[in-house]
Amino acid sequence: MSEPIIATEHLTRRFSRRDPDGRLGLRRTTLTAVDDLSIRIHPGEAVGYIGANGAGKSTTIKMLVGILVPTSGTVRTCGRDPLRERRQLAREVGVVFGQRSQLWWDLPLRESFTILGAIHEQGRAALTDRTDELVTTLGLGDFLTTPVRALSLGQRMRGEVAAALLHRPRLVILDEPTIGLDVLSKQQLREFLTAERGTHGTTLLLTTHDMGDIERLCDRVLVVDHGHLAYAGTLDDLARTSGAKRILVVDLAESASPLTGIPHTEHLSSQGNGVRQQLAFDPDRTSAAKVLAAVSERAEVLDLSIEEPDIEDVVRRIYHSRM
Amino acid sequence: MRIYGRLLHAGIRQQSTYRLAALGGLIANATFGFLKVAMLFATVRAAGGTLHGYDIGSMSTYIWLSQGMLGSINLNGRTDFSDRIKTGDVAIDFIRPLNVQGAHVATELGRSIWALIPRGVPSILIGAVVVGMTVPSTPLPYLAGICSLLLGFVISATAVYSLGTAGFWLIETHGIQTLYMVVSGFLAGLFVPIYLFPHWLLAVAEVTPFPSMLMYPTNILSGRTTGVDTVALLAQQVFWLGVTVLVGHALTVRGRRKLEVQGG
Repeated sequence: MSEPIIATEHLTRRFSRRDPDGRLGLRRTTLTAVDDLSIRIHPGEAVGYIGANGAGKSTTIKMLVGILVPTSGTVRTCGRDPLRERRQLAREVGVVFGQRSQLWWDLPLRESFTILGAIHEQGRAALTDRTDELVTTLGLGDFLTTPVRALSLGQRMRGEVAAALLHRPRLVILDEPTIGLDVLSKQQLREFLTAERGTHGTTLLLTTHDMGDIERLCDRVLVVDHGHLAYAGTLDDLARTSGAKRILVVDLAESASPLTGIPHTEHLSSQGNGVRQQLAFDPDRTSAAKVLAAVSERAEVLDLSIEEPDIEDVVRRIYHSRM
Repeated sequence: MRIYGRLLHAGIRQQSTYRLAALGGLIANATFGFLKVAMLFATVRAAGGTLHGYDIGSMSTYIWLSQGMLGSINLNGRTDFSDRIKTGDVAIDFIRPLNVQGAHVATELGRSIWALIPRGVPSILIGAVVVGMTVPSTPLPYLAGICSLLLGFVISATAVYSLGTAGFWLIETHGIQTLYMVVSGFLAGLFVPIYLFPHWLLAVAEVTPFPSMLMYPTNILSGRTTGVDTVALLAQQVFWLGVTVLVGHALTVRGRRKLEVQGG
């Protein structure tokens, strides 16, 4: 397998905090934001990095790109030491912080691209080509001459993503890129990132609380809990590992009593005098086909649908299982 | 260097978007200038027409040159950099392939150069037309003066950048900014020429970088200092530039180890 584009070994970051209960505020406590984290991400992957607020996601990202200094452990990003080679690394990585802007606030959006092109020492022709590509794919044309401070949040976020990808980075790190965006803007951004990855083979590392981002963009997830890596694997395996269940919803031809007693299946609810019923089943122990067959023996099924486990529920389960 | 040149240009463009604010600054400059005229002319006249080498004409030159530079020299201590540490936006500065100090100084220098257009030059013209001033008749003071002026701008930018790095440790730097504002303006010679200070205070001022920001460029541009003395003042400016750059760099390196990005 190729060399990882991100590799951390026992990465740890502690912060010293003033203890509010200490006398004169002199006593300090230590907060461990990232604790003995060892992860590997390979080129071309799209990885979701998820966890609760304060779990250590953003701190990890800031160490990956050389903003924060690790307390201990090692980190290599694009084969480089982010601290010693911060500036060289910045040419290979694009970062979007959903809550921060890397655009020039007072200037038209287009000028931010010109300045960033100069910062990344892009030639005029290359910069023009790339800017045109991003303007087209992200739909920036209508507000290129608008000062950044006058853009809507959705427009600005698209501008932020373009700014982060202007220099064609090998690795794109997105920290809450869809925060505050409406459904349409989220969808546009996801489609763009999917296309960008397909066209350029860009590696994506994404932190988000929006599980739609993870489901649509990522093929692997890392779950972090109190700075520890709680899970690393595919989304499907995540659901399986956590014990989260799939749900079979059946519409019956006529009213029926609750469909209980089906092996490895739990009756969740009935509506309309039992015409619609919801059954949760463990996909590791039975299958949708077996559950459906068991239901069909007891009632005529007119329609059915299967609901996948809710990712937030899955993460919650992983957290609870560690407590 | 092309990158930093582009950031300097960005600083000019950023500042140029606030033209009405620049007009407000010009009015403040001129008003403050006339107050200085009233006070310092009275002082010169009370001293018998000359005071520490200043007569009415050269005092007017000092007043309007220093007023003209006011918009370009950062004597209030406020910096984008300390604000960015406080808000956490400094994270963005560290993901760019740039020397963080160089990038901030270049942008600040761009703002300083722009401020000459709507505030600096008009302030001097107002003083020249309304009050009158004595100006050098040879080109050398102007050439050396422009070099000195630019050095003053850069020293001002590197000094306030260094001040801003205090945010790595303090987060809230308003207190030391206020202290800087009080001390820097006074010792830079903004209110009165430092040569009117008592000897001990003049000696104190001369071992700080502040006269290099405003007083020395004013001396050279006005022709008060000539020949070898001009070279000596320029050398002092280069010295203070070196000191402030090194201090800013050292504080950035140490501060980065201390950095906590505020706001997540």
